[in-house]
Amino acid sequence: MLQAVTEPRSETADAVRESHLAGFRCMLRARLLDDKMAALYRAGKIHGGVFLGRGQEALSAATGWSLAKTDIFAPLIRDTAGRLAFGEPVLDAVRTYLGSAHGPMRGRDGNVHRGNPRAGLLPMISHLGAMVSVVNGMLFARRLKRVTGTVGAACLGDGATSTGAFHEALNQAAVEKLPLVLVVANNQYAYSTPTSRQFACADLADKAAGYGVEAHGVDGTDLTACLATMARAVGRARAGGGPQLVVAQLLRLCGHGEHDDASYIDPRQKDSPLGRDCLKVAREYLLGQGWVQPGLLDGWRDEAVREIEEAVAQAQREPAPDPFAEEWTALSTEHLIEGQE
Amino acid sequence: MSLTYLDAIREAQAHALRDDPRVFIYGQDVGEFGGAFKVTRNLAREFPGRVVDAPISEDAIVGLAVGAAIEGLRPIVEMQFADFSSVGFNQIVNQAATLFWRTTVPCPITVRLPFGGTSGGGPFHSQSPEAIYAHYPGIIVVTPATVEDAYAMLLEAVAIDDPVIFCEHKLLYRHLKAEKLPTEALPIGKARIAREGRDLTVVAYSAMVQDALEAAAGLATEGWEIEVVDLRSIKPLDTDTVIASVARTGRLLCVGEAWPWGGVTAEVVARVMTEGFGLLDAPPQRLNAKDTPVPFHPNLWAAHRPTVRSIAAAARKLLRK
Repeated sequence: MLQAVTEPRSETADAVRESHLAGFRCMLRARLLDDKMAALYRAGKIHGGVFLGRGQEALSAATGWSLAKTDIFAPLIRDTAGRLAFGEPVLDAVRTYLGSAHGPMRGRDGNVHRGNPRAGLLPMISHLGAMVSVVNGMLFARRLKRVTGTVGAACLGDGATSTGAFHEALNQAAVEKLPLVLVVANNQYAYSTPTSRQFACADLADKAAGYGVEAHGVDGTDLTACLATMARAVGRARAGGGPQLVVAQLLRLCGHGEHDDASYIDPRQKDSPLGRDCLKVAREYLLGQGWVQPGLLDGWRDEAVREIEEAVAQAQREPAPDPFAEEWTALSTEHLIEGQE
Repeated sequence: MSLTYLDAIREAQAHALRDDPRVFIYGQDVGEFGGAFKVTRNLAREFPGRVVDAPISEDAIVGLAVGAAIEGLRPIVEMQFADFSSVGFNQIVNQAATLFWRTTVPCPITVRLPFGGTSGGGPFHSQSPEAIYAHYPGIIVVTPATVEDAYAMLLEAVAIDDPVIFCEHKLLYRHLKAEKLPTEALPIGKARIAREGRDLTVVAYSAMVQDALEAAAGLATEGWEIEVVDLRSIKPLDTDTVIASVARTGRLLCVGEAWPWGGVTAEVVARVMTEGFGLLDAPPQRLNAKDTPVPFHPNLWAAHRPTVRSIAAAARKLLRK
């Protein structure tokens, strides 16, 4: 069922180029997919919220790309890019947003609350920090089963670092020396709350020392830095170095959800290096390195748009969940369902 | 040889660990120390690496169990006291209980809650939170009242593909004894007629079954034949057995050690009223703990929860109606 370890990607020049191209492509597809979901939301075609990863694509893509397919990934709400990099089909995202009965959540949960645990992709519950100990449990189980070489990555925002669940899970991972990579996107706001009302330490990465885990700070607007940092952190975890805490500095370039105009974001932050659009930075870097020509990038964009439009068209043709066909039970054990024999 | 309720739970865990390599135990002090109540005594030595001490982190303890269940294992979590499960509440009701419904991936975790009052336990070591967990969809809640059930139901709980809250009463740990472990048992979901009678039905669960039986024995000397129904599991709740009993007796007294607002006794009464109203010869009654935190001092503690005496008194009153 579970495959053997994948070797850490070597950092040859070719590998660096390859990871940049793959990472950028995931960022681009994620931005376009997010934009499409936002447009559908504004058109009233999406029930419930829409949550974008605008400004976090470099970190997210690097996280997904740094993992092997046999690893474990617990993305959070701004990880469209990481999900794509880890292998989540665009169609899964679109079906979940549009409420298709054929989607992975079958209309039972929506938007970013999707996943496929059997493929190592965990669907988040809304309670922040709660997925981290679940990743710990999967890693713990693999150790008991003598499956070696697995890494588990869990994504959080700055706000989630204030929860008890974060503390308990990071401490637990440290005690058990689990190969957990905790990726914190410090995007400066938890919904509307600025970091000054969230924590009082100088840098969230400083918290690592208190748990006895290794810390990695990174500029979250820079794909190159994110790829290198994530490769290092995942490599350290895979090599037996225990939990790794990655803290990326960036700015959320959108509201908490599409219902939120984010008027509380300080304009000075938008004009600061934190407010750089990581997608533009990465595009310029790729062109500057001579790794791609503009025409190729246009081709990638066209291809991604086509993929997304096809997924939307398909999901829109699919049936919605049927309350009369729904199995109204939360139990898997049939004889224990009340009213059934 | 005689075995206690506590021995039965320990033996069931040893049995599960021996028979199924997917089983492991995780909780505070469960390892070398053998648990606060010694329910995991010697298991760490017998099953190296599979009886694991956890930090004092109830949220992360349950979270880890859920993750392990996703990977196909069958974790048994020991909460040191049921009261502390409030700290792991989120993982139980939002993560574990919803996992199968959301993803089709089952969540076979067993969370053992040493629950119920003991004299001197006080407000934070005596609680009976079973109804809170039963309220949430996706969770099985069992409340064994006998040594045999403690053993058989724990083994069954571990084999069930859904999260099970296993409420083991601390008062029964060392008081309740049996000669041998059962080889067969009623399945979870079936209530048991613990004593047959024709005048009044007392529905109880966990330690209150023992008190109800004692009260029934006392009332028998007064000429009353009291039927005692042991619910065994509160979710699923075996309404059929309760209603069949009420059909025989026409009178219902429902006894629980938990607080009076809502809860198991209210659920039982509501079901009998809606499904068996015509069977009743008198309004059904409930007997619960008082609506305060559980007190520390033995005088207060003994008056806080239903007792053999208060059960008998409530039964007499109902028999006169």
